Parts: sequence; C-alpha cells; structure tokens
Amino acid sequence: MLEAIKQPWPWYVAGPVIAFVMFALIYFGNSFGLSANFRNICSVFGAGKSCDFFAFDWRKQLWNLVFLAGTVLGGFVASQFLMSDTSVAISEATVADLKALGINNPGNGFVPADLFSFESLLSLKGVVFFVVGGFLVGFGTRYAGGCTSGHAISGLSDLQPASLVAVIGFFIGGLLMTHLLLPHLLTL
Amino acid sequence: MKYLKYLVLGIVFGITLTKAEIISWYRIYEMFKFQAFHMYGVIGSAVVLGIVITQIIKRTRMKTLSGEPIVISPKKFSIARYLIGGIIFGLGWAMTGACPGPMFILVGNGVFVILVAIASGLLGTYVYGRIKHKLPH
Repeated sequence: MLEAIKQPWPWYVAGPVIAFVMFALIYFGNSFGLSANFRNICSVFGAGKSCDFFAFDWRKQLWNLVFLAGTVLGGFVASQFLMSDTSVAISEATVADLKALGINNPGNGFVPADLFSFESLLSLKGVVFFVVGGFLVGFGTRYAGGCTSGHAISGLSDLQPASLVAVIGFFIGGLLMTHLLLPHLLTL
Repeated sequence: MKYLKYLVLGIVFGITLTKAEIISWYRIYEMFKFQAFHMYGVIGSAVVLGIVITQIIKRTRMKTLSGEPIVISPKKFSIARYLIGGIIFGLGWAMTGACPGPMFILVGNGVFVILVAIASGLLGTYVYGRIKHKLPH
C-alpha cells in the first residue's frame, strides 16, 4: 500500500480528491479559493490601515489561513515520507522543447533546479521569474477575483459564466507566456 | 478544535498536489504546450465531479455541518475584470509554474525560493487593492 502511495498519483485520483476538498469546504460553510489568502495575509500585516480593500476582520477568514498552513504541511509530509523519487514523467516532446531552451535535465525534480535557486535571484532572469511572475499572480488573481481553485474548479463546477471568462483569460495569458515570451525569458 | 478540520483538509490537498505533480513547473509548461493529458485530466475530472456535487448540494438543499443552508453566491458577471485579470494571472502562472496554492505547497517541499514569488504576490495583491478603483471591472 505504502509503495503504491509513493508512486506518482494519476489524474483520476487527484481530480476527485480536489473535488472532495471543495465539497468539504462548502459543507463546513465556506468556499474553496486559495488566492483569497493573499488578501487575508495583507490584512493580517495591517494593510487595512492604508487601504479599505484590506480593512476587514481577517479572523473570520482564519479557517482559510489554517487550510493554507495545512497545504504547506501536506507538501512537507509528502516530500519527507511519501516520495520514492521526485522525477516528473513529462512527455518526450516537452523534454526536447525545454532542452532546446537550455534547461538541464528537464523533469529531474519538480522544478528546473538552476532557475529555482537563490543564486538565480542575483540574475535578471531570476528576478523576472520570481518577482515579476509572483506579482502578476498576486495582482491578476485579485483583479479576476479568484485563481485556479476559485474559478477553474469552484466557479466552473457552479457553471458560473464569470468563471468561464476568467479561465479563458488564464489560458490566453498562459499560452502567450509559454509560446511567445518564455523562449526569450528562459534564455535571458 | 474548530480549525482542526481545515488543517486536515489542507494537508490532504498539499499531499495530493505534490503526489500528482501539480506543483511542478514542468507540468504547467507541458499543459500550456498541450503535450500531455495529465493536467487536463486533473482539472477536468475535478470540474465534472464538482458539477455533480454542486447540483446535488443545490437540489437536495443540503445544510452545512452546523445546520445552516448552503449558499453558493453567483459571481457578478462582466467581461473586463475576469478577462484582463485572468490574462494577467495566466502570464504569471505560466512563468512561475505555480498558482497560489502550489506556491505554498512548494514551500513545504523545500523549494524556498518561491517565497520570493509569494512576497511579490502579496505586493501585487496590495497594489491591486490600492488602484482597483481606477481599473475597468
């Protein structure tokens, strides 16, 4: 059993678990939306003093922050006890494309090791990927009122037209980045 | 004690996104290249099951654990905020290879450089809060 758990989990396990998590959060009287925690954390840090958007009682959102803390813990537990190895079996075509863009050993580990290092922050490339990339995620999710969990999973599950527009937006942005911009950014 | 169930759910979520490689930069790149079914299978099966669950909740007028009626409030429809905001998020998602949940799960996996993206994401959210009244919604 443990050996099976230590293998990578297929999509048909992960998808239903995610749907179950959404259901459980609704059943507990809340909703499934991770990016709201960016706003909650801003509020915890006192952003409400300088901006009304953050002037709410974050203690009422504590459940979501606890959920978020759980996800960090879950990542830790999985990485420490439930992994036989961390290689990611991406397709041959993806490996070839990434090698052509100068990524070493694509699929060896969850993330490209050279890029996801503190040394890379000393380069323009690292600053762009983490500082600019992170900013776009924080700004965009709040502008769109949700991220993958809030719109793509919860919103589409409720057949919300607004969420469909948001998900189309996610893909326009993601495709633009992956096909047009990443080839230049990765070779910075 | 009230919060324990959320911690447990978070742990389940973090383990699942790690084990199914959803937190992998490579999987996001591969998804946007349409080179594998994996991520579409994950999101697609979650949504299909989610639709069934949401319909059951609504049709059976299910109550929450504490006995309140479950209210799933509809999102106010417009194009601008969802499309523009969505595109901005999509650009960042494909760059960092992580949406907000996976960013935190990566920290648990020891990928600490993503803390910089999280800090920058907090700044992005704060800037949005400051200028939201000037943006089309």
